[in-house]
Order: sequence, then structure tokens, then C-alpha cells
Amino acid sequence: MERLQVLVCAGTGCSSSNSAEIVTRLNEALVKYGLEKEVKVIKTGCFGLCQKGPIMAIHPDKVFYCHVKPEDAEEIVAEHFLKGRPVRRLELTDIDEATKEKIFDIDQIRFYAKQKRIALQNCGVINPEEIAEYIAKDGYLALGKALTEMTPQQVIDEIKKSGLRGRGGGGFSTGVKWQFAADQPKGDKYVICNADEGDPGAFMDRSILEGDPHAVLEAMAIAGYAIGANHGYIYIRAEYPIAVERLQIAINQAKELGLLGENILGCGFDFDLEIRLGAGAFVCGEETALIQSIEGKRGMPVPKPPFPAVSGVWGKPTIINNVETLANVAQIILKGSDWFAAIGTEKSKGTKVFALGGKIVNTGLVEIPMGTTLREVIYEIGGGCPNGKNFKAVQTGGPSGGCLTEEHLDTPIDFDNLVALGSMMGSGGMIVLDEDNCMVDVARFYMDFIVDESCGKCSPCRIGTKRMLEILTDLCEGRGTMDMLDELEDLAYKIKDTALCGLGQTAPNPVLSTMRLFREEYIAHARDHRCPAGVCKKLLTYSIDPDKCRKCSLCARNCPVEAIHGVVGQQPYVIDTAKCIKCGACISNCRFGAVERK
Amino acid sequence: MKSLEDLKKMREEAKKRVELREGGKDYRVVVGMATCGIAAGARPVLNALVEETARGDYNCTITQTGCIGMCTLEPIVEVYDKNGDKTTYCHVNPEKAVEILRQHIKKGEIVTQYTVAAYQK
Repeated sequence: MERLQVLVCAGTGCSSSNSAEIVTRLNEALVKYGLEKEVKVIKTGCFGLCQKGPIMAIHPDKVFYCHVKPEDAEEIVAEHFLKGRPVRRLELTDIDEATKEKIFDIDQIRFYAKQKRIALQNCGVINPEEIAEYIAKDGYLALGKALTEMTPQQVIDEIKKSGLRGRGGGGFSTGVKWQFAADQPKGDKYVICNADEGDPGAFMDRSILEGDPHAVLEAMAIAGYAIGANHGYIYIRAEYPIAVERLQIAINQAKELGLLGENILGCGFDFDLEIRLGAGAFVCGEETALIQSIEGKRGMPVPKPPFPAVSGVWGKPTIINNVETLANVAQIILKGSDWFAAIGTEKSKGTKVFALGGKIVNTGLVEIPMGTTLREVIYEIGGGCPNGKNFKAVQTGGPSGGCLTEEHLDTPIDFDNLVALGSMMGSGGMIVLDEDNCMVDVARFYMDFIVDESCGKCSPCRIGTKRMLEILTDLCEGRGTMDMLDELEDLAYKIKDTALCGLGQTAPNPVLSTMRLFREEYIAHARDHRCPAGVCKKLLTYSIDPDKCRKCSLCARNCPVEAIHGVVGQQPYVIDTAKCIKCGACISNCRFGAVERK
Repeated sequence: MKSLEDLKKMREEAKKRVELREGGKDYRVVVGMATCGIAAGARPVLNALVEETARGDYNCTITQTGCIGMCTLEPIVEVYDKNGDKTTYCHVNPEKAVEILRQHIKKGEIVTQYTVAAYQK
């Protein structure tokens, strides 16, 4: 009889650190100790704490192991599963602030304690490749309820009342969007799930599809019923192979059980779904470009109106919802709009999933109620900046967003607050920057991304962003002038006003936001040719203070390009700045602090 | 699947598969499974508990632990209620284990004669 279930994360993060091998080794050890009938190993979705992966959870013991290696598998089986002694050194712990004692209880660990999981509720809980486990968690009941107890208009009203807004970036009311499409004359209509997640550092949609694919399928069927569509597309990038595979398995299983296809649950409603793979172009996350791509054309935006709700894929009324938005739908139908609307702030209801990354201790996926402050997310859930460095800024909204600084940390996170502060919610990437990050360099990084990803259809975006990148590169490489700052700003506003699609219109945001908040850094680059954070290599010079140098030769021996010369014990060492590649190896090796970087 | 009823039926079946992960039970039954416990016969006790809970509707989870320190009294089974109060049963065998489930977990009555306190009198 089964008495223990071991849930091993099989999301992209933990898979890339070998969780599949751990599953194999666990199963081998279970056979060796004769426990294969008592203990079941299950592959599941993302637990969110990717920093500490590979992660596994053992139920009903409620023990979480982190940083598990394949060679730990046998010890876990022999000690924990056989003898009941959890392997303490692998257990996920936290330190109680008040008592300074270790906490092992998962519910008290700060990373999870502040979270509220709705979109991620089944990630790390069920096996995403088993439809039965989703059904056990009330899966497809919402679809059943909608089909048997509600009219399409009631479904739309419920979503409207819940206050659900699009999680992909814009924050448009989901219910209103559905209403537009439903109000179109009867005929062919389509539901599209936008899974073309492209912001650097964002991976919540991928994790939802990997950990709970049926939640998205069910929501699409509900949306189809609401607007009168019988066909859906999931547009997902081919570079998410695990998500694509699990989605396909999920679609097949749902069709086999008759939860997709013809006459669903005997209610006379037909809904069929197919996956469309994208080649990984950022612009295809823009809805009109996405539609072009689905139709087999080159992924380029077209002017709106007409909006997709009127004329979308194949010229038919179409709604396009983001993965995370859809992941909320079934629960709203099941638990009611009042339940959902009670969570969050006045105009932003429910929760939001963020991908925490950058200079933060707990890199990973967190889901918080709207209205949680940035401070809570970054310090209490995220654990602050590692190595005692000072927090400098947090970037939200990816290449369309902007930065927020220390003074914004106590602002409750919601759609409108972030926009008011000059950033945006975006799809939910949250990249933390510390004192070692140069803001001009950060702006250049995002502009470089945009130049790469611009589709080239309109000249403001195609040429303008290229010019902006050139200026930013000049600033980072010591060719800056003060005039360039005005030019940069001028270009930024012109692109914002004239670009064709949302991507171009928001592309200058990271530059404008960093210029506003960190103008002194831009001036240091432009006027003084200096990088205060010590990041822009071309602006740095390394030198050795002869008074501090103890002539030990450590720097010279560690220099990869032999740019440091001196005589052991006799002559202080000197850096040949012409040869120096500014890698910093000398600084990190000098034990006397004699190497200076300016 | 032809109707909502079919779906609900399947859900009832499927719930058993994920039950172990749910938590939120009133009782936690813990079996000492260190070397001393296993040598004294804790494994059949554990199996009996797991099988019985799978058969009947018991509001408890079955877990295991290491050596509790009273090796001469093994197999030991501890029952924690939702307030964290603990009852310790000693020299448990599979039959006694099932009895503990039926009386203690189902009816909330401690099986006094199997407790450590009773044994030590």
C-alpha cells in the first residue's frame, strides 16, 4: 500500500539541474530496499523556489528537500523512507527572526508564508501528465458548472464582476474583452492562449504550463463557451519543450475523456484545441503579430482597430488571453467572482505571479495578492540582495517597463500604482539590481534586446531604437557628451509617440525611467566618462598602489593576459593599461587591497 | 465521459490518489521506524495502519519517525491530535494497530490498555 508520495520538481529549472536523474535513482533505491510498493515518486511542476532546486516534497510528512543531488537519493530512501529519519542536511529551512532558531515547517518559511497561490495552486502539487490528478483537484468542474448551470452571458458577467485583468502586460479587463467578442455576430470565432512569453527573466507562463496545463485548457474551453467559439489555439514558443510536451499530453488526455472535442459532457458544446509553435520572436507576443504568425505569415503587427475581438485570426472574432490570466478563470467560475474580488486592491483583483531574478537570494517564482508591497516581495519573500550588497533598484515590466527604487519599496503593487511610478506590471518579470549594477548599462541591455527583436515594420522602432542603442553604447564606452542625453530623450519620446505597436511604443521606457531616477549616473558617463558602479569596462582603469603592494606577485600570476609586471619581493607590481582587459582578476586575488579600480 | 456526473464520479476515485498530499487531518499517527522499531516488528504495524486507512475513511495521516528512545517498548505508535497532544502506544502489533485506528481515530477514545502509561503500571 502506498504510504508516502515523493513529489520531485520536473520544471525547466530543476530539470536542468538533473531532477530526472534523481527520479531514476530514487526508484532504483526504492527497489533495492523493497519499498517500491509503499513509496511513489511523482514528477510535478515548479515549487517556485528555483534557487534551491532541485526540490522535492515528501507527503504526508511535509518534508521539503532542496539542492538534492542524484547521489543523495539512496540516503533519502534508506534514512527517511525506511527508517523515518528525515535527512536534515537537505531540508529546506528558514531562521526565525525572533528566536534565531531554525524552522522546518514549510508553512512558516517566509518564502511561502506571504504567498497566495491561485494561478500556481497545482504547481508542485499534482502530476501534470495525469489528468486524474487535475480532476481530483476539482479540475474541469468549472467547465461542467459553466456548461450545465450558466448561460454564456452569465459566464462573462462572472468574469467581469471578478475584476480579472490581463496578466500579460496591459491589464485590460478580461470580461470586457470577452464581451466584445461575444457581441459579434454568430459564426466562427476563436480563443487564443498567448504563451509567447518573451521578457528577459520572466518564466511564470512556462511554469504554469509545465505544472498545471489542464487549468489553461479548461479556461480556454470556458472562454470558448462564453464567446461562442469552438476552436482554440495555444501559441507557444518552441524553446519551451517541456511545456509543449506536457500541453500535448494534456490535450490528448482531455480529448480521450471527452473534456475537449465534440459534445463536451453531453451538453452539446464542441471545443477543439491545437498548439501552434512560435519561433521565439518577442514581437509575436503582440496580439496582432501573433495572429499573423498563427496564419502562417511573417510575425509583424498590424494597426488596430480593427481589434482582434472584431477581426482576429482568419478575420474572425478572436480573444487572446495570457496563460496566467487563463489560469485564474476556472477558479473564479468555481468559487465565484466575490471570492476573487475580495483579494487584492480596489482596481487590481486577485494575485500576480512574479519571476524574481537578478541580485536576490531566493530566485524563483512567487505569487502574491495584489497590494503586497515591493519591500515584502524583495526582502521577506526574496530574502534581499545576496552578499550584504545594497539594494539599488528593481526592474519590472521587462523591455517595456522601468525601474523602481528604494523610495518606492512601500508602494502596494498593482497595475495602476506601477504605471503611476513610471514602470508597469508587464508580464511579471522582477529583476533586482544592487549597488554593483550600472543603470546606463542596464538600459543598454534592454535596448540591445529591443533592437534585436524589433520586427522592422515601422521606422521609429527599426531605426530609432538602433540610434538609441548607439548613443547608449557611446556613453558606456567613453565617447559620451552631454548633448547625447538630450538627444536620447528626444528620440525616446518620438518613438513612444510614433511607433506602430505596443512594443515600439514602450521600448524607450527603460531608458526614460533610468534617466529620470539615475540622472547623475548618466551625467557621470556623459561628462566625466566615469562609471560609478564600476561596470562599464571601457571607462575603468586598474592600477596598483605602490605603497600598499607587498610585491607578492599573486596579481601577476593570476593575470590572464600577462599585463602585470614586477619583481617578487623587490619591485612593486605595475599594470600595463594597454594590455589590461579589465577582468578584475587582480583585484579579487590581491590580499592587501593594493589594486584600485577607477 | 458523457456527463457532469461522470466527471464527479471520476473525481471521487481520483481524490484517493492525491489524498496523502492534502494535510489538514485531525490526527497524525506516527510509527517509530528506527532499527529498534523495525527489529521489534514496526514494519507490519506500519503496513497494517496504511492498509486500514486506505480501506476506511479515517481522519488521519500515517507517518514514520526515527528512534523515540524507549527501544524496549517498540513497536511504538504515537497519535497526535490537532491540539498537538500526544498519546503513546507501546508493543503494538498489527491487530492492536487496527484497533487503535478504529477506537482512537474513529471515535476519539484512547485505547488506554495499550498506552505506555498502562504498561508501566
